[in-house]
This record gives sequence, C-alpha cells and structure tokens, in this order.
Amino acid sequence: MKRFLKIYLEKPELAGVAFLLLLTVVFQARSGGVFLSAANLQGILGLLPEVALVAVGVTLLMICGEFDLSVGSVFALTPMAMAVTLEAGWPFLPAFALGLCVALLVGLVNGVLTVRFAIPSFITTLGMLFVARSITVVISGGFPPLLPNGAFPKWLFVAYVGPGDMFRMSFLWFVAIAVLVTLLLSRTNFGNWVRATGGFLPAAESMGIPTKRVKVACFMICSLLAGFAGSLQVMRLGAPLPSIGEGLELQAVAAAVIGGTALTGGIGTIFGGIIGATLIRVIDNGLVLSQVDANWFKMVLGALTVFAVILNAWLRRKAKSIKVETGK
Amino acid sequence: MSNEPIIRVRNLHKWYSGVHALKGVDLDFHRGETVGLVGDNGAGKSTLINILSGTQAPTEGEIFFEGKKVRFKGPADAMEAGIETIYQYNSMVPTMSIARNMFIGREPLKWSVGGIGILDTKKMAAESVQAIADVDLHLRSPDALVGELSGGQRQGVAIARAMHFKSKVMILDEPTNHLAVKETQKVLGFVKSLKELGIPGIFISHNIHHVMECSDRIVAMARGEVVLDKRVDDTSMDEILDVL
Ligand SMILES: Nc1ncnc2c1ncn2[C@@H]1O[C@H](COP(=O)(O)OP(=O)(O)OP(=O)(O)O)[C@@H](O)[C@H]1O
Ligand SMILES: [Mg+2]
Repeated sequence: MKRFLKIYLEKPELAGVAFLLLLTVVFQARSGGVFLSAANLQGILGLLPEVALVAVGVTLLMICGEFDLSVGSVFALTPMAMAVTLEAGWPFLPAFALGLCVALLVGLVNGVLTVRFAIPSFITTLGMLFVARSITVVISGGFPPLLPNGAFPKWLFVAYVGPGDMFRMSFLWFVAIAVLVTLLLSRTNFGNWVRATGGFLPAAESMGIPTKRVKVACFMICSLLAGFAGSLQVMRLGAPLPSIGEGLELQAVAAAVIGGTALTGGIGTIFGGIIGATLIRVIDNGLVLSQVDANWFKMVLGALTVFAVILNAWLRRKAKSIKVETGK
Repeated sequence: MSNEPIIRVRNLHKWYSGVHALKGVDLDFHRGETVGLVGDNGAGKSTLINILSGTQAPTEGEIFFEGKKVRFKGPADAMEAGIETIYQYNSMVPTMSIARNMFIGREPLKWSVGGIGILDTKKMAAESVQAIADVDLHLRSPDALVGELSGGQRQGVAIARAMHFKSKVMILDEPTNHLAVKETQKVLGFVKSLKELGIPGIFISHNIHHVMECSDRIVAMARGEVVLDKRVDDTSMDEILDVL
C-alpha cells in the first residue's frame, strides 16, 4: 500500500491509466470484440486529437492557477473566421493564420482582463464564452459558408496516414504539440514559473517571477490550442458549423481533473489531461458499442469527474501522512 | 572602504492610500553586522523590508547600496544586486521539489532564446544538494516536495537558497513565525551563523529575546519612525520595551 501511494504521489495520472486499461477490457468484452477493432479505433483516433488538444491547453492553464470557459467558443470562432475569409477568396495560409490570431487575441483579452483587474478567470472567460460564440454566429451570417473544395491542404491536417489508415494527420499534429507542451512545462524555466505561479502566487512573486505575464501567456497558449483543434474538426467535417464545441469547455475541465490536475493550481501533468480526454472518448464510444442508451454518457462523465476528485484528494492526504511518518 | 555602510536609507517615506506607513526613515546597515528590527504590529517593519527587497516602491526617499544609489523595479532587481529576503510567510512553493524551489526565477539553462530555455536539471540537483549541506541541513533528496518539509526545514531551504546565490545582505522578516520551539532554535542558529560567514543580516521578530540573542545592533520602530538605534551591549530589554 505504501509503495503504491508513493508512486501515486509522484505520478497522479497513473490512476487514470489504470482505469483506462480496465475500461478497455470491459468494453472489449461487452462489445464482443468490436471495441478494439481497426474501424472503431480509427473512429476514436479521428475525434480524439480535437478534444485532447483543448484538454492540453486547459490543463496547462489550470496548473498555472487559472481557468478558461471560453475554449468551446474559440473552437468554433477560429475556423469560422478562417472559413469566412476563405470564402471571400483569401488563400489558405493567410486565412488560417488569421483564425489562429483571433484565437490568440481572445486569449490575450482573457488574460489581460483577469490579471489587470484581478478578477476570477471563471468570470472573465464565462463572459468570453458568450461573446466569442455570438461573434461566431454573427460572422457566419446565419448560413455557414461551405469550405470550397481544395481550399485547404487536406493531406497536411486530416488525411489518413499510417498502417491500415489507422490515424489521421491530425493525430500526428496532436502528438507533436502534446510533446512540445509537456517539454515546455517540465523541462524549461517557463514551465517552472507556470508551476510556481499556480502553486503559490506570493512565493512566485517574491522570487521575481513575472507572474502576470506568465498567466497571460498560458491563456494565449490555451486559446491557440482550442482554435487549432476547432480548425482540425472543421477541416475533417468540411463545413464550419457555428455550434461546434458547445460544452467542450466543461469536458476539457473534466479531462484535466480526471487526469489528476488540481483546481487550486500547481498540481497536474499534460499527460494526465490527455489520459482524461482519452477516458472521456473511450467511455462515450464504449457505451454506444455496449448498446447502452447514449443519454447515460453525461451521467457517467459527471460521476467519474466527482469520483476522480474525491479519490485524488483522499490519496494525496494519505500519501502525505505516510511521507511525514517515514520522514521522522 | 569597508567603513562605508552596505545599505544607506535616507528620508524614506511610504504612503498606502491614506496611511503614512514610513515617515522619513534614515538608517545605515554595516558590513558584518546583524541588525535586529523590532516594533509593534503595524510599525512599518515589513514595509521597510519590502522596499529594500524590491517588492514595493518608496513614495519618497533614497536607497544607496554599496555607495551607489539604487531604485529596484522588482524583487528580481534586488536579488540581482545581492539582497536576499526570507519572508514572514513562506517563500517556497509547496507543490514543487526542493531543487526546483532553489532556483525559481534563476534557473540554470542549457541554452535559451529570449530568456526562455531548457533547464539544466543535473546542475539544479547537484547544486541544491550542496547548498543544503552547506547550511547543515539534512534532507533525504532534492526531489522531495517542499510541502512535505516541516516549517523549520522550509526556512532552512530558503536560507540555503539565499546563501547559494551569494547574498550580500540577508533580510529575515519574522522567519520563526508559527514555528515550534525546536524549529525556532534551528532557524535562530542559521541567523547566528550569518555572522561567521560575514554576511550582514536584518532580522525581524516580535520576540525580543531572540532579537537580542542574534543581533549586534537593535533598531526599534514605532508608527513609521525609528525610535531607537543602539548596539545590543549599550541597551537593555527594558529600554527597548519602553520606547515601543
Ligand atoms: N499593502 C498595503 N496596503 C495598505 N496598507 C498597508 C499595506 N501594507 C501595510 N500597510 C499598512 O502600513 C502600516 C505598516 O505595516 P507593516 O506591515 O509594515 O507593519 P509591521 O511592522 O511589519 O507589522 P507586523 O509586525 O504586524 O508585521 C500598517 O498600518 C499597515 O496597515
Ligand atoms: Mg510585518
């Protein structure tokens, strides 16, 4: 038990990995072997990068001690900005760049408002959730523009690759970005500042860390990833619906929390957020395959989130008391 | 040259929207001397320290460090100059390891672009082990979380950090707050060892016994002003309590 707790304290996301393995076995059995079939995995791996990229950004921001409820709206706004300019005849690169700049701008506004007026980011980004969604619907003009065929490089973002067309390009983008953000957090001085800022703000400030700029940077990274993820989805579907990404902000928070990220900041890993997002996708998919009424999905997601937080808090307390004992 | 004070404070004023927290403070801090700073709650001790450590800006007045006039724009400036501060609350992040805490804001980098770069984690581990051993603190591993340490051990790590960065002046603002008796003794030991190392210190505490025990000179403040400034040998407990 002690060794188990010690490992847990160092790698809080392992509980999520264990649960994921367990679910895989259960769903594989219940679905009569369909769950791990190539076709089904292909489906999971096609959608996963989009949700997981949002979770990566939200996890980073939560470790920094802040919150972003506007990612679902940015997920729709970025590709809409891109689609509208594409329709107006812009070439792909400037249109795509414009979309990502919009995402960065939203993150900048979220961050600056939050640190400048010292208000909870929960409120700032709740406001932004409505504002960005509203802008998305307005610029779509009510009739979502169709992405002109050949207007974007399919091969670069959504084409199938790999053995048996297992992955889409979007999965490779996701892996590359996840590795980059993980390294940013764990191997660079910026990552050290992020953890310090979220872990204990007064200490970070007294050590001369530019905590405000660190937070704004995390808001911008989070928003950028959400915008990029939304663009991937729109390129996969071929049309930008103004309603995509609704509710995604809460799924992303759930993913981060299931993966061991603390709401109070300072604790968590990018890998944990990815595991959380994967769990959510697997549950969604597995329930359908097991022929369970799809409406149970949200109930399971909700229960799992609360359970994960309680388990994390309990294990953390336990692990702590054991450490103190052996320390004497 | 060595007679010149390491820090000279002249006519320092601080206003907090309506509160006159410092009313023209003049003070000299000399090399190799530990100064005990005492005063009632709200006397302005922390305000003075915060200005010296760069976390706050003075409303008026001048600070000279090693003879040169300085104006710190933030804690990083003061640390760069060689002023290290151990705060009333803990200046450690409990959710991070000892090695990471040692180098917050001053991480050794393998390479960097525009100030952001890859951590030299080997160097961080090796140097934090050395720094902790240098202050006679015995901890199992530099990878242990600071949150797992006792209050006294945490202050020990904070002091090790200050030593490691070759502080020229060490400020300790109530470092023994909330500590048990044994832990307090440990921290007082650190404060006393400053003198052996020739590092001038500024030590704040509400416990006059502790201050008298560790300091060469006592400065008492009341309502934003210095009301007593004497060598420990030339004053007494009663005189200090009298002016407060
Ligand atoms: N950030 C601030 N904003 C407004 N007023 C402040 C601030 N910091 C301190 N003050 C006021 O300035 C005065 C001096 O406070 P200071 O913290 O320097 O006292 P102190 O001597 O350190 O007291 P203590 O022994 O309680 O730590 C007090 O009246 C306090 O209320
Ligand atoms: Mg104080």
